[in-house]
Amino acid sequence: MIAEAGHYALVLALALALIQSFVPMIGARLRDSALMNVARSTALAQLVFVGASFIALVTLHVNSDFSVANVYENSHSMKPLIYKITGVWGNHEGSMLLWVSILALFGGLVAAFGNNLPLSLRAHVLAVQAWIASAFYLFILITSNPFLRIVNPPIEGRDLNPVLQDIGLAVHPPMLYLGYVGFSISFSFAIAALIEGRIDAAWARWVRPWTLVAWIFLTLGIAMGSYWAYYELGWGGWWFWDPVENASLMPWLAGTALLHSALVMEKRNALKVWTILLSILTFSLSLLGTFLVRSGVITSVHAFANDPTRGVFILLILCLFIGGSLSLFAGRATSLKQGGLFAPISREGALVLNNLLLTVACAVVLFGTLYPLAMEVLADFKMSVGAPFYNLSFVPLFVLLLLAVPFGPMLAWKRGDLLGVTQRLLAAGVAGLVVIAIVWAWTRGGSALAPLAIGLGVFVIAGAATDLAERTGLFRLPFATTLRRARGLPRSAWGTVFAHAGLGVALIGIVCETTWNTEYIATMKPNDVAQVAGYDLKLDGLLERQGPNYREMIAQFNVSRDGEALSVMTPSKRSFTTRGSSTTEAALLTRGASQLYISLGDVTAEGAIAVRIYHKPLVLMIWWGPVLMAFGGVLSLSDRRLRVGAPKPARAKQRLQPAE
Amino acid sequence: MTRKQRRMTIIGGSLAVLALAAALVLNALRDSIVFFSTPTMVAENHVQPGKRFRLGGLVQPGSLQRGDNLAVTFEVADGGAKLPVAYKGILPDLFREGQGVVAEGALDANGVFKADTVLAKHDETYMPKDVADALKKQGHWKDDYGAQAAGGAKPAATTAQGNSQGAVR
Repeated sequence: MIAEAGHYALVLALALALIQSFVPMIGARLRDSALMNVARSTALAQLVFVGASFIALVTLHVNSDFSVANVYENSHSMKPLIYKITGVWGNHEGSMLLWVSILALFGGLVAAFGNNLPLSLRAHVLAVQAWIASAFYLFILITSNPFLRIVNPPIEGRDLNPVLQDIGLAVHPPMLYLGYVGFSISFSFAIAALIEGRIDAAWARWVRPWTLVAWIFLTLGIAMGSYWAYYELGWGGWWFWDPVENASLMPWLAGTALLHSALVMEKRNALKVWTILLSILTFSLSLLGTFLVRSGVITSVHAFANDPTRGVFILLILCLFIGGSLSLFAGRATSLKQGGLFAPISREGALVLNNLLLTVACAVVLFGTLYPLAMEVLADFKMSVGAPFYNLSFVPLFVLLLLAVPFGPMLAWKRGDLLGVTQRLLAAGVAGLVVIAIVWAWTRGGSALAPLAIGLGVFVIAGAATDLAERTGLFRLPFATTLRRARGLPRSAWGTVFAHAGLGVALIGIVCETTWNTEYIATMKPNDVAQVAGYDLKLDGLLERQGPNYREMIAQFNVSRDGEALSVMTPSKRSFTTRGSSTTEAALLTRGASQLYISLGDVTAEGAIAVRIYHKPLVLMIWWGPVLMAFGGVLSLSDRRLRVGAPKPARAKQRLQPAE
Repeated sequence: MTRKQRRMTIIGGSLAVLALAAALVLNALRDSIVFFSTPTMVAENHVQPGKRFRLGGLVQPGSLQRGDNLAVTFEVADGGAKLPVAYKGILPDLFREGQGVVAEGALDANGVFKADTVLAKHDETYMPKDVADALKKQGHWKDDYGAQAAGGAKPAATTAQGNSQGAVR
């Protein structure tokens, strides 16, 4: 009954989406406000129905109703409740349902909070949202219905893939989807602007908060996924340049560029056409990511059981939306007039450089992701493009970008003074050089590039701090004035400081982890001691334990340093009987920003166990960086200027005017 | 500066960055691409010792031998040819005899494939996609490899790694 209700709700949502696709468009053409307002009600109703459909699937999973194929294939009655819920999106059908639910959520938010948008713009935006939604509802209903029944219901389910039975599954996919799908809003705004043929700064003021929300979630989602891979897969890697990871990195790069170009458009009414194009490209890359992950053209933990019809269907959606939007762009872009002059050396110029480097870096990742696929189809040989490729191509571009980051926020709009900014950044540069010298002297050996890269990270952080010091007049003015200025500083300025500093923090973490990572692999018997990076790890013994739906073997390690006992670490190996597969649960010991990491291998015939122990210096900074960036994003979002629904200083200016 | 000059500056800058990126990509492509081979392809093409590639095939049943200090040797076969593989480290959770495997490394002077990375990257049929495609092409594909997949199996993937970089999850 619940399954049928959920299925029916999804069909109703499709019907609503189809109405929302056309009626508001006709209304906008006829200037009929009643027809245009249909979009608002259908968007909200869609949210209700998709929400109901999603809750139905969650209920089925929680109740372990194995007469539903999706539940049978991915659940088990003994599975802990949290994994019964997260298992809903730990499979293809359920994750697509989560995808459309989030799409409906964003549509509903625009409908609910878009009261101060011009009526026709809102109608167009929601209509475009409905096109996307209709395509994906059809995809789910035709190729991946999560509510299919089994004629003879089995008694027990096949359990969820053990790798996915982790708290990471509760956080990573929803975050990532909030990011991916959130970019659909800026896409819809871009298409609506193209259809209406007009665009101005108010448009950018509307698009920026939505892009920022999506960007914050995507940043956190990628970081969370990386940390999950790090502790779950058992060998301490945190980024693999896997096509699926690239699929999330590309929208992030394009979205970051979009955030910055929307800034130019909002403040200076320039780069309009480019901003529109970036909005389209960012969401297109999100769709491409969905295609890569869901179509089965690549093998990875993310690619669930696939059948070819799904791949073809998503490819069609991809071609339709990317092709359609780019054609519309090609046809209409010329009607949007350029505005706002600026000198090459200016804040705008710096943001153009930022956009240039980010989009080119994104193109490099796109090339590396698609080249092996293209070669396989066209030239019929297989190859892989891995970390060495990206180290030689993506990394140099990003180094250039990082070198430029501290300069950008300190340049003035319209016409900047590069020499003056360089002088003010002198302290930051000196800080970077001093750190390079210290690291060089202290480490002796290792890669010569590592101290340079750490110095670059310090320069980026110190540059962000310099910007703050300049704005508040720190050291120049009395301290009380500085404090007052700091309080008066717009939140978005604080956001910039944190986000840019986050880049430096992540860079330092990445360099330290890859350069000075210590690895120890051996077989150990009870009472053996392993010495790793100054720590003594003594294997106390092995014990077996029964979990809810698995058996696990735990190894107990006593960790000490210089004879002083620190902690007990208990890595384990779990075997899941239902699926006959096992997972490795690594044990982590955090010391400051560094971590000790133990994962287990197999037990040998003599009763010894293979262990893999890592010491990863400053590894946590890799994820603190993105968290700082997201925090900067949140600060910027809370800025008065961007607050959705906040009274604007001049209401008259807010209405869209035709571009001059 | 006139509007035109400003525009030219921006276009010139863009072209410079694009040219730089193209140069970087071409340079990276020359040095860092790793090709995929099966034992038959290795035998036919006379791969030079020291050249890195990815070897894919089935782990020959009965060939797995464990030595001291986590050293292991096994043979990878594809129905046409066999190639001995040496590896030092912990094998992935999903590594089994008779199942598919992908290893990355290079041949040594004696014709032994020294792997620094062993990937068991596949779904529950224990068949990596690359290996399955290669076997199908060579006509050694047996339908029962894929039979278990019918029930809607989902993949698990693990990776064992001897170096600190370069493996695909």
